[in-house]
Amino acid sequence: MKPFGYVRAASIGEAVRAAAGQPEARFLGGGTNLVDLMKLGVETPQLLIDVTRLPLDRIEELPDGGLRIGAMVRNSELAAAAPVRDRYPVLSQALLAGASGQLRNTATTGGNLLQRTRCLYFQDTSKPCNKREPGTGCPARDGAHRDLAVLGHSEHCVATQPSDMAVALAALDATVHLHGPDGERTVAAAEFHRLPGDKPEQDSVIGAGELVTSVQLPPASPGMRSRYRKARDRASFAFALVSVGAVLEVRDGVVRHAALAFGGLAHRPWRARAAEKVLYGAPATEDTFARAADAELAAARPLRDNGFKVPLARNLAVGVLADLADRAARS
Amino acid sequence: MESTHQPADAGGSRSVSDQCSELVLYVNGKPHTLTLDHRATVLDVLREDLGLTGAKKGCDHGQCGACTVLVDGRRANSCLLLAVAQDGRRITTVEGLAEGERLHPLQEAFLERDALQCGYCTPGQICSAVGVLAEAADGFPSHVTPPGTGSGAPVELTDDEIRERMSGNLCRCGAYPRIVEAVGDVSARAGAASWTSGGPAGQGVAS
Repeated sequence: MKPFGYVRAASIGEAVRAAAGQPEARFLGGGTNLVDLMKLGVETPQLLIDVTRLPLDRIEELPDGGLRIGAMVRNSELAAAAPVRDRYPVLSQALLAGASGQLRNTATTGGNLLQRTRCLYFQDTSKPCNKREPGTGCPARDGAHRDLAVLGHSEHCVATQPSDMAVALAALDATVHLHGPDGERTVAAAEFHRLPGDKPEQDSVIGAGELVTSVQLPPASPGMRSRYRKARDRASFAFALVSVGAVLEVRDGVVRHAALAFGGLAHRPWRARAAEKVLYGAPATEDTFARAADAELAAARPLRDNGFKVPLARNLAVGVLADLADRAARS
Repeated sequence: MESTHQPADAGGSRSVSDQCSELVLYVNGKPHTLTLDHRATVLDVLREDLGLTGAKKGCDHGQCGACTVLVDGRRANSCLLLAVAQDGRRITTVEGLAEGERLHPLQEAFLERDALQCGYCTPGQICSAVGVLAEAADGFPSHVTPPGTGSGAPVELTDDEIRERMSGNLCRCGAYPRIVEAVGDVSARAGAASWTSGGPAGQGVAS
């Protein structure tokens, strides 16, 4: 690991000022991904700005019935929080489907959003990688890409975003709140991560020196059902091959609200807008759900070894939506 | 609601140079004032500076759990924690679990159940299990907790719960069946409550 400086920020303003004009500085949250990448030589910051003691460790009810989640709330605390379990189960389930107990106790909400891809080539500095070193190429396209993207990839990068939490946030229409050198701004969680295009080095739309300060959830309507389901190679402590976060509201057998997001398929949580168009106003039946999933996945362009992800995503989505509709019908 | 990760004090690490800082770690109840390279992990400091070699360096990437310790009562992978960022925190290692000659109930249970072969992963398994008992008592759900379970209510540690919650601790000897039994024994024992009732601040750990 390369030597680095360390400062502990006493306020958001101090953290943002310390990062301003310092491209080699990184904010330190739980460090479960950043410290690992520093050991691997993938990240070589000259300065760490520790933001873990900022007063961003609370979950607060908002006047409109929504929830504000401080960026330093630990993943385990967020998954256990009563308002999250009771009103936004998809978020609690997504967090609990990720990592291990030890990692969830350490990882923060902001850090979870900003974790990097687990593409093998990105994590191995002896290999070319356009995300790590732009212009060096993408060996994953013809190499080990079983775990990688089938949607929205480019010739430059086929990496996937690994966060389970981010998939749930995309389905919940959450917003990400940022504080940077030019002030504060808000980005929709579904638009926070980006597709690789010709700039795979940029995972998200976060700007230089911007700090994630909170994530906010809109109010959950009483009839809203939500669920997260994840398919992986072992029963626990593994990244998603494919995951689905779904929010569904059904009245009188008709879909009144639907939000569907896939994990493990793309460089960002894949909000399934084409599927949602099919779902809105349609009868809440398996036939509708299958047509919706097919409408979305028609755009899939699997690589040599990850074609299995397409039917897996379809089956997961249909199963989760059918389960939510069934629960709505029984309530 | 408040996070349980409030530091023991505000922490006051002091830069000694661009690359080193002075800080305090409370390890197994004793304060240690240390001047450390920022690159030092808690695991390195425990093993190299404090002579506490219970926590093991297995993968050094947070994947095997052999380095598991408790930080302010919650389990964490010490290989991924920069020591400078833990300034002021209370750290409990496997060496801090016993009370004098009286072993922690989980240590006893691992012996009774023969829940190890080579023993390399055992300190991490035991520290992780101490964390599991506290998390379940505090109502932390897991991936296998039934959806209807009331928020905040203590979670009963079934074998499935133990397997899921201990998945961050690998055992290459494959002692898993005995480990599940050992953790289950302690969880089921009526006296277990006295070891886990310290709440999130972890006062119940080897107090």
